[in-house]
Order: sequence, then C-alpha cells, then structure tokens
Amino acid sequence: MIFQSTEHYILSPELALAVNAAVTLEKPLLIKGEPGTGKTRLAEELAASLGTDLINWQIKSTSKAQQGLYEYDAVSRLRDGQLGSERVANISNYIKPGKLWTAFTAEKRPVLLIDEIDKADIEFPNDLLHELDRMSFDVYETGERISAKQRPIVVITSNNEKELPDAFLRRCFFHYIRFPDKDTLTQIVLAHFPTLQADLLTAALEVFFDLRAVDALKKKPSTSELLDWLKLLLAEQIAPSVLQDKQHQGGLIPLYGALLKNEQDVALLEKLAFMARRAGR
Amino acid sequence: MLISFFLTLRKYGLKSSITELLDLLKALQQQLIFASTDDFYLLARLCLVKDESQYDKFDRAFAEYFEGVESLDLAALIPDHWLLPGLIRQLSEEDKAKLASLGGLEQLLEQFKQRLKEQQEKHAGGNKWIGTGGSSPFGAYGFHPEGIRVGQQGSGQRRAVKVWDKRDFKDFDQNAELNHRAMQLALRQLRRFARTGQATELDLNGTIKATAQQAGWLDLKFQSERHNAVKVLMFFDIGGSMDDYIHECEQLFAAARTEFKHLEFFYFHNCPYEQVWRTHQRRATDAVSITQLLQTYHSDYKVIFVGDATMGPYEITYPGGSVEHFNPESGEVWLKRLLAHFNNAVWLNPQPQAWWSHYHSIEILQKLMQNQMYSMTLDGLSGAIRHLSKRH
Repeated sequence: MIFQSTEHYILSPELALAVNAAVTLEKPLLIKGEPGTGKTRLAEELAASLGTDLINWQIKSTSKAQQGLYEYDAVSRLRDGQLGSERVANISNYIKPGKLWTAFTAEKRPVLLIDEIDKADIEFPNDLLHELDRMSFDVYETGERISAKQRPIVVITSNNEKELPDAFLRRCFFHYIRFPDKDTLTQIVLAHFPTLQADLLTAALEVFFDLRAVDALKKKPSTSELLDWLKLLLAEQIAPSVLQDKQHQGGLIPLYGALLKNEQDVALLEKLAFMARRAGR
Repeated sequence: MLISFFLTLRKYGLKSSITELLDLLKALQQQLIFASTDDFYLLARLCLVKDESQYDKFDRAFAEYFEGVESLDLAALIPDHWLLPGLIRQLSEEDKAKLASLGGLEQLLEQFKQRLKEQQEKHAGGNKWIGTGGSSPFGAYGFHPEGIRVGQQGSGQRRAVKVWDKRDFKDFDQNAELNHRAMQLALRQLRRFARTGQATELDLNGTIKATAQQAGWLDLKFQSERHNAVKVLMFFDIGGSMDDYIHECEQLFAAARTEFKHLEFFYFHNCPYEQVWRTHQRRATDAVSITQLLQTYHSDYKVIFVGDATMGPYEITYPGGSVEHFNPESGEVWLKRLLAHFNNAVWLNPQPQAWWSHYHSIEILQKLMQNQMYSMTLDGLSGAIRHLSKRH
C-alpha cells in the first residue's frame, strides 16, 4: 500500500515517504508548512486513495481535547429528568461521541485529520497525548473504555502559530512541506489545468516566482493562490504577452488581487513597479 | 544499530530522544526504504527531527556522519588579524581616569571622521589611531567609555556609542531547551485564573441551589470557564552589550512563551525610544511605535523589560542620544510614558547585581523604574513576579 501522486494531487517523494512511514508504523504525522501548500489536501487525497473515510476535526481557539473524545450533555438529562422521560435512567443516552471516538470505532481504518492544531489552547496537545499514544480512553460517566479497533491514520497540521510541547512532538512523525520548486509547481498546475497553454504557464510562473522573491511581502503568495490566479487569468483570457509586458497598468501584475491579500503588499508592489519604471527610463 | 549516528546528532545539539530512535529502527525493520542513503536521510529526518528550524543542524550532523566531513567552523575562517581580541589591554584605574571624555557626542563623531581620513594602515594599541585594543575612543576591543566601535564581534568593554558594524544577531531561538524548569515555575506564579468570556460551562452547584430555590423546578446556571487571564508584554534588549546574556535570555524567552497565552514581545536596543521592533531581522518593516503600542495594549498588561541597562548615560537622558538613529525625545521620556500607562512593570537585568553600582546608566534606570529592577537570577525573577502580581 504505497500512496502516490494522484491525478489532482502531486506528491513529492519526501512527503510520500513520510506518509507511508506514518501509515505503516501507525504513528500520527505532523505536517507543517506555509499556508496554502496543500497540508489539508493531503489528508483528503490520502483518504480518497485508500478508499476510506476522512474524519475532519477542525480545531478552533475554543476547542477542547475532551470534545474530541465525547461530550456529556448534562443539560438535556436534567431537562428529561424534569419531564420524567425514561431516557434518564441510561446515562449513555446523553454521551455524544467526538471525532476521536468515531475514528476509533470506524469499521474501516479511517484517516483522522486534526486540522490546525496550533489554533487551540496551549494545553490542547498535552491533553491528547495519552489518547493518541494508546489509542484508547475512558468514559468516566459510564465507566466504559473506548479502544481503537484499528489505529486510525492520524494527520495533524500546524501553521506554527504556537509551539507544540516536546512530549507531543516525540510521539509524532514530522514533515515540513517546503515550497515547491518550479518543476514541481508546473506539475501541480498542469494537474489542475491540463489544457493550459505552455507559454501562459511559463509567463505566469515567472511573474509568480518574481513576486515570491520580494522579501518584504507580508504574506507571500502560495500554491493555492497561484491556482486561483491562473483560474482568473484563464477566465479573463489574459494573453501571455500581457504578463511579460512589465509596463502593463503601470507595472502592476494583472489581477494581482488573487495573489496579494494585504493592502500594504499591494502598495509595496506599486512602489516597486514605479521604481522599476523610473530605472528603466 | 545507529547508536553512533544517534550520538552524532546529539553532539550537534539535536534533542532527539531514544523513543524516536526506536521509531526509526522500527521503520527500517519494516523495510520502508531499500539501501538508499537519500531515502535513509529522509526517513531519519522524519523520525528524529520535529521542527524545521532544526533541519539545518540535522543536515550538518548527517554530513559529518556519512562523509566524515568535520563541519568547518566558519568563525575561524574569517581573517581577523585586523581586530585581534587578544590585544585588549587591562587598564589600571588611573588609566581609566585619564580617559575622561573627549567632549560631547558630536565632537566624537567629528574626530572619528577626521582620523579615519588621516589614517591609512592597520593599527593596534596606542591611543590615537583607529585600531584594536588601544585606548583611543575609536576602534574595537579597547577601553574607552564613550568609544566608537568599528567592526568588532561582541563588545570588549561593552560600551560603544555608535554601532557601525551590523550586528548579525538572530531572533532568540524560540526553541531553546527548557532545562531551566525553575524559571518556568517562577513565571507560573504570575498565573492568575479568572472566569472570563461567555458563560458556557454548566455551573452544577449554582444549578442545584437555584433549582432547590424554585422548589425543584429546573433552573440552569452557567458560568464562564477558567482561563489564565494574565497578559504580558516583554521587551528584549538585543545586541551590543547583551551578547553575554543571550543564553539566559533565550531560556527566559522560551519559558515565557510556554507559560503565557497572552504574550507579546518586542525588541529594542539599549533603551526604548519612540519605536520598538517585532523581530530583529526586519527592523525597518517590523517597527511598532510606542504611541501605537500604548493605544493597543490595555494598562493591565504586565510589562517586563529585559536588558543590561549598560550604556552611555546620555543614551537615556538626552534627545539624540540613541546609538542607532536620531531620537527627537530622550529615552527617559519614552520610558516614563510606558511606565505611566502600564500598572505593573519590572526590569530584569542579566548583569550580576554586584556590578550595578559601577554603571551610571543602571542607576538612572533603577531610579526611573522606581527600584523595580531585578537581577536575572531565580531570586530576582521571583521578586519581579511578586511585584508584577500586585494589584493596582
């Protein structure tokens, strides 16, 4: 069972090895990398290629580790007690399984995606240590023990907003997705736009990499932004010659809004274009 | 069994653990890779390194192990016969007294330019020319309290008025090893739990009480969750005279980062002026003005300055005294503004306390801080934290 590039997802050999190691050794795989380099896509593609379910646990700043295990709805139970419902007698009626529980009890070995774990509170990763290590936990209300039928494939993504504790890191495999080079990026683009003209692609990539080379940008455009931008270029039917013409619209890249998400970056680009124009004179 | 490979990694300062080594061995046993050094490199990195900032260390260690190439110490390759630190002279108190200032700051600059013009060749020792180890105010590794430093790596006497050489300090390593657990525990005392935010947690006691009061008619009570509500602003002095204390600062920094959820940190040089920086590398783009900072952060933020407070006194008290730019208002004015806004502020000084009395600038700052300057020892830290925990 070797996971490889699919029709729409280009996998670098490094990442392929990382995924296969994590799948074989049943360890969580922690993925870091610039936003927009396909961290979340990886889990989706992995689940699709294995023909199994993807259980997506999107972490927010308010997420608690306990929510991933189960939640006990005390309020409903109190209300039912008031109304004299028969459900009250059985406490397990009020236990709602969380994502981890679902993943542990799935029939087929699922892919569990813990997305953007760095968004949560500092304590969050530590609270999950034991559960991810042993793949089991106790439900205190019922005294039941939930153990994984088979260890799910766990993919964890992080955007580096917070550091993760050492003890947690030690239990994971770690892979940093580097920004793809020109060749890989060409492959990625062709996977999404198979009919793209070669000259437009070359021109667009050139502009794109030039833009990424500007160090002062607050947020450098990434793969997903490049794909959006190409989509727009195609929709607007912009010719490759327009991209190569550095004087277009006063030197601004056509449809730059898709690439730059920050008005300071746009202002910077305008300034650079202005300076380039002056230098060219 | 890769033991020596593992030890090589440890030698390069990677914090890989035995569990991780066992993982790697297990992966090899499962035959994930077949007799390829490239694949082994990837697999070993996957198992043993858990942060992209450590990749470089791993690469060097890997190279040493597999090619037997001792990695070269770059620092040793830089020809430094011009600025040999060995020349530092140990001056007697008498000599130091003779070196009473040559006049004000402007004069010093003027003289420097003049002598730079006059001087044509390498120079060391002596007391006039620009060179090394002398007692002329210009050059490196020498002693002159108000000297100008030229092309020096690390401070000799830790006092230079203008920093001409670009300091290549990096941002503090955020992943510095947390072996100083005590430091973490000291910071933890600052924790203050408070129930803030939306009431989402069922308050069982409250509910029972309220329900009983309603004669058994269910009355739900909610409360908000307990959070560590303390908010901290840290200002780090970087470069120049702080070289010696990098290790202590790294530890403090790493400890603080894991202890406080609301932590903002800024960098300054010697004394805070009208702006501070978010990172060291991009000083121009990441500057934050103090005015903006005062508007952004509420006065209940606890403020910690970290710096050795060792500088020319006029860097604090006079407009235009900064070593890096022209500051229209003195550091004193800006520091007072900060202190007036924030309720709790302390200054942590990594200099041993015994030396404090030797530096006039420390005295000035101690007074400005209303004696809330603490040494960066565990005792000092606890004292600082105690002061910060006081409610105002």
